[in-house]
Amino acid sequence: MYVYDHVDQRLVEERVAQFRDQTRRFLDGKLSEDEFRALRLRNGLYIQRYAPMLRIAIPYGLLSSRQLRKLAHVARKYDRGYGHFSTRQNLQLNWPRLQDVPEILAELATVQMHAIQTSGNCIRNVTTDHFAGIAPDEIVDSFVWCEIIRQWSTFHPEFSFLPRKFKIAVNGAAADRAATFVHDIGLHALRNDAGDVGFRVIVGGGLGRTPLLGQVIREFLPWPHLLTYLEAILRVYNRYGRRDNIHKARIKILLKDRGVDRFRDEVEAEWAHLRGGAATLSAEDVRRIESRFVQPQYSALDAVQPIGGPGFAAWAKRNVHGHKVPGYAAVTLSLKKTGVPPGDVTSEQMEAIAGLAERYSFGELRVSHEQNLILAHVRQADLPTLWREARELGLATPNIGLLTNIIACPGGDFCALANAKSIPVAEAIQQRFDDLDYLHDIGELDLNISGCMNACGHHHVGHIGILGVDKNGEEWYQIEIGGNQGETQPGAKPALGRVIGPSFARADVPQVIEKLVACYLERRDSEAERFVDVVHRIGLEPFKESVYGNAHQRAASRSRERALA
Amino acid sequence: MATLIKERRVVHESALSPEARVIRVEPGDDLASVAQELARATRVEVSFPKFGDGRGFSIARLLRGRYGYQGELRAVGHITRDHLYYLERVGFDAFELRQGEDAAEALAAFSTFSAAYQRA
Repeated sequence: MYVYDHVDQRLVEERVAQFRDQTRRFLDGKLSEDEFRALRLRNGLYIQRYAPMLRIAIPYGLLSSRQLRKLAHVARKYDRGYGHFSTRQNLQLNWPRLQDVPEILAELATVQMHAIQTSGNCIRNVTTDHFAGIAPDEIVDSFVWCEIIRQWSTFHPEFSFLPRKFKIAVNGAAADRAATFVHDIGLHALRNDAGDVGFRVIVGGGLGRTPLLGQVIREFLPWPHLLTYLEAILRVYNRYGRRDNIHKARIKILLKDRGVDRFRDEVEAEWAHLRGGAATLSAEDVRRIESRFVQPQYSALDAVQPIGGPGFAAWAKRNVHGHKVPGYAAVTLSLKKTGVPPGDVTSEQMEAIAGLAERYSFGELRVSHEQNLILAHVRQADLPTLWREARELGLATPNIGLLTNIIACPGGDFCALANAKSIPVAEAIQQRFDDLDYLHDIGELDLNISGCMNACGHHHVGHIGILGVDKNGEEWYQIEIGGNQGETQPGAKPALGRVIGPSFARADVPQVIEKLVACYLERRDSEAERFVDVVHRIGLEPFKESVYGNAHQRAASRSRERALA
Repeated sequence: MATLIKERRVVHESALSPEARVIRVEPGDDLASVAQELARATRVEVSFPKFGDGRGFSIARLLRGRYGYQGELRAVGHITRDHLYYLERVGFDAFELRQGEDAAEALAAFSTFSAAYQRA
C-alpha cells in the first residue's frame, strides 16, 4: 500500500480548497457552464441522467481497508448506500448532490483519497495488473511505476488541457493483464538480454467508437527515460492532436492519420531534446517511491493444498490465484453475483469486505478492471474459512474468467449517453447460464456489455461483446465475437471483436449467446481450447450460421424482410 | 478592457512605444518561423482561443526551453484564474484575463498548490 507523505497530503487538501472555490464561483454565476464543466470533470464530477455522478480515484486499483470503510461511509451519507466499481479501477457514486461534492472530497482527503483527474481532458488514473507485486510471472512491481507516473501526471502544467482524455496502462508481468494494447499508452515492462529493465511502448490503442489496437513505437525504453519519453509523446499529442471534433481527438486518430512511422519519428525528434533532462529518473528516485509502499510482512510458510467440498473446489479453481510467495494465494471476491449489477457493492458489503481484508490480507485490496475485488495475500491454509465467509456475503460466486463474470457499464439505467440498458441484459444472461457445471465446462469466456458505442463496458475486447444500439427509439443489441483484451496467456494476441450480423431485441440476447456457446462446444478440439481460440481458428462463419442460419437462409430472410418493408 | 497581471501584480498597460515589437503566436503556428524574431521582441503573446485549448502550454515550454526566449511571455485569450498556476509553471509571466474575471481575486490562484511533483 502506498502511504502519503506530507506533500501528497497537502496537495489533495489544496485540491479540495481549489474545487470548493470553483464550485462556489459556479453557483455564484462567475464561471460559465462550459468553464465549470471542464473543471468539475477533472474532479470526477459528471452531470448524469438523473443526478450527478462522482468518480473517485483508486490509483492503479490499490485500496486499503480503511479507505474502503471511508467509501462505505461516503456512499451511505451522501448517496444511496452503494457504489459501482468501474472498469477503470475507480469507484463511482451515482447519486451525490453537486453542492455536497467539495465536502465528499474533503472526507476522502482524510484517508489519502481524491477524485483528481478521474475525468476531463487530462491524464487519467493509471491502471495496471491487479496481481502486481504478487504474480509468479512478475518482471517488475508495476505499482511502483504507476505511482511514479501518477505523481508526474498529477497537475502536470503542460498536459492538463489535452485535446481529449488520456489513459495510460502499465503491465509489470509476462502476461498482459492490463490491456496495454487498448490504451492511449500501454507500457509493458521487460528485461533486455543484459537483464536491464525497460518498457515496450505501445501507443494509440483504444475502444470507443473507433476501436483500434495500439502500435509499438519502441520495443525497449530503458526505465530512466520513462518520463521524458512520455513527455515527448504527450507534447506531440498536445500540439497536433485534433481539437475540432471530439470524436477524432484521441491520440489513436493522430497516430492513424500520420501513420506509425511518421508519428514515431516526431516523438523521437522531440525526445532528442528532452532525453537526459530534468524528468530523467535515477535509481534513487525509484527507490524513494518504492520505500513509500508498505509491503506485507509474510511469514515463512509451506505451500498447502487446502481441501473442502465440491463448492470450495469450484471456487478454488476459479477464484484463487497463484502468488510468488510460498504458502500464499490471491483471492478474487466476485462482484458478479446473478441479480446484482456488475461491480456494484453496498456500504454494508464494503465494510464486511474491509473486515475480510483486515483478517486475511494485511488490510489491502485491489480493484480489477473486470470490476471485482482482490485479496492479494491470503494464507493458503485460510482459504476454506475465507471461502465460507465470502459465501455468506454473496461474494464467492465461482465465476472468475467465466461467462457470467460479465463486464458491464452502468448503461441506460444511469448513464446519460447510453442507447440501451446493460444491467438487465447481464442479469438475463447470468440467469440463462446458472448451471455451474455447464458454466465451468464452457471454460474461460469474457463477456462484455456496453450500453453505447463509447464502449465503457469494453465490448470490443470481450470474447463475446454486446453493444446496445438505438433503432428508432428502441433498444437493440449488436453482438461481436473474437475480441481479446491482451496476451493474458502466451499466444493469445490482443484482438478486436467482429460483428456477427444484424442486432437483436433484448429478450433474444441470452438465446443467441446460448447458440454461440453451443457452436463453440461442438467445434473445440479440447477443453483447453477456449471460445476465443476457436473463433480465431475457424472464423465467424460457423458462428453466424448457428445464429442466423446458413448463407442461403440468411439471403432468403433478408429478401423476406425487404418484401415486408 | 481585459485585465492584465504581470509578475503576480495587477497592472494597467501603458501604450506601446512605436519601436515595440509584439509577436503573436497562434496555437497552430510553426515555431521555427518565429524563432529568428524572438531576440528583438518586446514581448511574445501566446493565444488561448478556448478555455480548454491547451496547445499554448507546450508552446510556452518550447519558447522558453528550446528557443531560449527570456522576455515577457504573455498568455492572452480565454484565460481565467483556473489556468494561472499551470501557465506560470510553463513559463508565462504575464496574463491577460478574460472579460469578467476579477484580477485582484485571481492573484491567489498562483499559490493554488504549494508544491509540485514535476521537477520542471
